[in-house]
Amino acid sequence: MSLPVESDAVAAAIQRWENEPGGLLPLLQEVQATLGFIPPEAVPGIATAFNLSRAEVHGVISFYHDFRTSPGGRHRVQICRAEACQAVGARALERHATTLLGAGFGDTTDDGAITLEPVYCLGNCACGPSVRIDDCIHGRVNGDRLEALLAACRQPEVS
Amino acid sequence: MNVEAWLPRDTSAVAVGADAVADALLKAGVELMRNGSRGAFWLEPLLEVDLGGERIGFGPVTVADVPDLLAALKSEPASHPLYLGPVDAIPWLASQQRLTFRRSGLGDPLCLDHYRQLGGYAGLERALDLSPQEIVAEVTASGLRGRGGAAFPAGTKWQTVLDAPAAQKYVVCNADEGDSGTFADRLLMESDPYQLLEGMAIAGLAVGATAGYIYLRSEYPLAQRVLESAIERARAAKLLGADILVSGRTFDITLRLGAGAYICGEETSLLDSLEGKRGMVRVKPPLPAVQGLFGQPTLVHNVLTLAAASAVLAEGAAGYQALGTGRSRGTLTLQLAGNIRRGGLVEVPFGISLRQVLEEFGGGSLSGRPIRAVQVGGPLGAYLPESLWDTPLDYEALAGVGALLGHGGVVVFDDTVDMAQQARFAMEFCAVESCGKCTPCRIGSTRGVEVIDRVVAGEQHEANLALLEDLCDTMEHGSLCAMGGLTPNPVRSALEHFTEDFG
Ligand SMILES: Cc1cc2nc3c(=O)[nH]c(=O)nc-3n(C[C@H](O)[C@H](O)[C@H](O)COP(=O)(O)O)c2cc1C
Ligand code: SF4
Ligand code: FES
Repeated sequence: MSLPVESDAVAAAIQRWENEPGGLLPLLQEVQATLGFIPPEAVPGIATAFNLSRAEVHGVISFYHDFRTSPGGRHRVQICRAEACQAVGARALERHATTLLGAGFGDTTDDGAITLEPVYCLGNCACGPSVRIDDCIHGRVNGDRLEALLAACRQPEVS
Repeated sequence: MNVEAWLPRDTSAVAVGADAVADALLKAGVELMRNGSRGAFWLEPLLEVDLGGERIGFGPVTVADVPDLLAALKSEPASHPLYLGPVDAIPWLASQQRLTFRRSGLGDPLCLDHYRQLGGYAGLERALDLSPQEIVAEVTASGLRGRGGAAFPAGTKWQTVLDAPAAQKYVVCNADEGDSGTFADRLLMESDPYQLLEGMAIAGLAVGATAGYIYLRSEYPLAQRVLESAIERARAAKLLGADILVSGRTFDITLRLGAGAYICGEETSLLDSLEGKRGMVRVKPPLPAVQGLFGQPTLVHNVLTLAAASAVLAEGAAGYQALGTGRSRGTLTLQLAGNIRRGGLVEVPFGISLRQVLEEFGGGSLSGRPIRAVQVGGPLGAYLPESLWDTPLDYEALAGVGALLGHGGVVVFDDTVDMAQQARFAMEFCAVESCGKCTPCRIGSTRGVEVIDRVVAGEQHEANLALLEDLCDTMEHGSLCAMGGLTPNPVRSALEHFTEDFG
């Protein structure tokens, strides 16, 4: 494992979930929540703990859209691409976002602030277009609101 | 607590600014309760104020409205431009027949006392006095059908699980709500979560399961927080866990999250995912009711189906059965979404027409332009042109015009929609979300996108249209599940009813 914090986080998650029936998914979710991604170096240890082959663990990680195997930006910005949002301008919003950020779906902006992703419905379909930024969902997002939201994400972190 | 005012904390209310409005009200010293939403999303953030014992509505409220509003409340509330009158009398709400959503938005979703005051846990208490077979008989007699999409009679499924001998059985709540244009499950979980927990406990008692899982999509972070708290509080109050209501019976619930895969809403794929695997669709039989989670008999139901079980038990099968038409019993929970002026949760008797829903509830398109197409039943549902809007909304009538009710999503498009693009999207979505098990679904959908592109570009128009028709046939007949099998629905309906958009 590349960094000690990473291996600690993975070890803690393994300990928590290895004896839980169906624990692989919550384990992967915990690792990703802690580290922001699932380091490929973590796969062998996870595989051993769950009595699976590395290929099987890798297969699970790659099946689900939520998981990533390399670090993303500081913020995850998801634009809803599904029908109810399309009906109120989501396609234009998607183009606006990619132009503003100079990044396509799956890409991270050069300043490391934002990873842009598609999402298919956020359950906010009567108040679209919908955008999720980390754990906040925003509704009725027009071009101006999108610009303001993205600008806020790109502010340097104050710590 | 002496409540003066209520402001919802559900995903849609918050998405359109409710938290900022709440902050402004609290700063001004208002005794504010954060309630669930009534589902009138077009009015969110909907502020309700207790004026002389009546709940008076104002909405949609922005932060900028707060000073004026507070001033008006002290003098002449009815003169404020956002004044809506008594909330219960707002026609959009008053003309609904709320059953599953009867408590939604009335109070703090996590307050157990409030839930019990409004009839909550009467169903579970009754179930504790009945034998498993009596509970199942009640559900069967109610005519309740699954609300997840397939509309299979719930009682039949409960009976199968009850009859399956096993040391361990499970109740699994399908809270994956992947269909775009739907939010009824989310609203219920965020605004009246105990109804779901109660329904699951009743189901557990009925079929002999001591363990339940809720599989919640990861796209619902707020519902996750509400459910986590609700489960904790229900356990503390002995409504979950060992010795439920001192009956000696056990039922507990574990909350699990999905990981962004639409196909995991399909019940067998969901079970694989709960087992920690890739969400691959299983061949049926065996049915999950016989061999489900970890190979054990498992009752899988949608959120609304399980929630309805508490109403069925509380009010008795006859009360539930008395509502509805034909074989569609109970109420219809529609979700009015997309380009519509008054969108939200519409719970009405089965049999209302789509046109009534669009006009009387929806009030026309949001853009003010003519409505051109309506997709009913989620991404695998058909696009309906105006000529079909008089079809009554029930399972059988919709099937009669090649459409499906599914989970009740109604997504409205105005006349700027390009139906060839909608057909293309249906294929694209299938390609993105296919579990990959069958070739027609996995490969056919990608071919479908390419063929539609060629049709639109005018390349060998007739030949490519014929090819598209062939592809749809192959997907329909050669797919293991409805993902590949029903994707032709939106494609064909777009082609049939909106031919002019295809070049
Ligand atoms: C592709 C696909 C996606 C589905 N998605 C969901 C879903 O998100 N939620 C749901 O409750 N049922 C969904 N279903 C239906 C389930 O397979 C299953 O029928 C349902 O959970 C049974 O519950 P019910 O009897 O209460 O309807 C889906 C089915 C298919 C084929
Ligand atoms: S139809 Fe598609 S989603 Fe369904 S089992 Fe086949 S490949 Fe998987
Ligand atoms: S379709 Fe975008 S939130 Fe549901």
